[in-house]
Amino acid sequence: MQNFIQAYSWINLRFLLEGLWVTIYVSAISVVLSFIIGSVLGIIRYMKIKYVSMIVGFIIDIIRNLPLLLIIFFMYFGLPSTFGIRLNTVGAAIVALTIFESAMLAEIIRSGIQSIDVGQMEAARSNGLTYLQALWHVILPQAFRNMVPPIVSQFVSLVKDSSLATIILLPELMYHSQIIYGQNTNYMIPMFIAMAALYFIICFLLSQLSKHLAKQLN
Amino acid sequence: MISILTNNWSSLMEGVKYTIESSLIALIGSLILGVIFAMLEISPNKTVHIIGRTYVEIFRNIPLLVVAMFFYIVMPQFIPGLDGFTAGTIGLTIYTSAFIAETVRAGIESVDVGQMEAARSNGMTYLQSMRFIVLPQAIKIVVPPLGNQFVNLVKNSSVLAFLAGFDLMYQGNLIASTTFKTTDTYLAVGLLYLIMTMPLSYLMRYLEKRWSKNPQA
Repeated sequence: MQNFIQAYSWINLRFLLEGLWVTIYVSAISVVLSFIIGSVLGIIRYMKIKYVSMIVGFIIDIIRNLPLLLIIFFMYFGLPSTFGIRLNTVGAAIVALTIFESAMLAEIIRSGIQSIDVGQMEAARSNGLTYLQALWHVILPQAFRNMVPPIVSQFVSLVKDSSLATIILLPELMYHSQIIYGQNTNYMIPMFIAMAALYFIICFLLSQLSKHLAKQLN
Repeated sequence: MISILTNNWSSLMEGVKYTIESSLIALIGSLILGVIFAMLEISPNKTVHIIGRTYVEIFRNIPLLVVAMFFYIVMPQFIPGLDGFTAGTIGLTIYTSAFIAETVRAGIESVDVGQMEAARSNGMTYLQSMRFIVLPQAIKIVVPPLGNQFVNLVKNSSVLAFLAGFDLMYQGNLIASTTFKTTDTYLAVGLLYLIMTMPLSYLMRYLEKRWSKNPQA
């Protein structure tokens, strides 16, 4: 019990919260970027443009089937040695997370759009809308409603996956708690509990938000 | 890249072996745990339902790395001799079982309630109607997402690299740090991962398409 009281001293808690802030900050930027890129890629895949959609689809499949950890390593250690691009830890983490999650989201968005009845597109087109207009005004708003829960749960995975960036020493929640229990091994269990609780709170709130949104939209 | 593959073939294959071994053990373990917790979740008993729900919500919302590290760093205090591979595999099993429970629960719930009611009113017990009526119908809905979970398992087993679990990612890092050919090494490792994951994920996409078109097939 003594360990717990000492472990949760103000200095340690503040240090954990600083880590939490980096987690949130890196995740938030990656969420925004990957949502934009994922939407574009998903729509390109849906539109079936000759060759382009096929190539985009193949690249998405490759990224989706690789471990995120490998992409993080590649961005941090591979890029400087071959291409001379040196990203700092935050940059490498954001780029790796964005690439991986964009591919995941593209697939969600493609299947969301595909689930809308073909008749909708045909009706919009025969009412004189162009293909892109029909997509933007008729198909996407309907598809978006179905996509909210899987998209948000992908964002939840993104927050969780950001913990993998500890391996390139991104100063996020996991890394900061490792530093604390590295200094005093008595703090191990309290730190694991704190870390798990903080991740849980963020992710649980996000999933509750998605449930709420899904209810509102329908 | 070719030279990396040929020069380090044996250690890469060693890594592949550990990756597959860990993923398979975790798959079997998490299937068993997942089905048990899915059953708890759909149980009509309120307390049992809450136990199942809590387990699933907790492990779905905590990063795999935290779970795996817990078994690697904290648990050896209580269970001496727990190595990285075992700890990582236990972590993977528990983490994945929450997702499998969720998939199985959704599959079971998608079977019409009338099926269960009809089975019950024909004199079957709750467990009998589950076993003979509901589960066989749920399996077709559940198999493609479960296959995707296995693909995720293979990818997620790369956290063993954090725990000295000798998996493919770990071997790749060793090779990268001794040869300094980081890009080539990671490309080679990526290729090996793709060989393991891609055929399976295409197969699951095919099954999903086929069974959703014609549920009787």
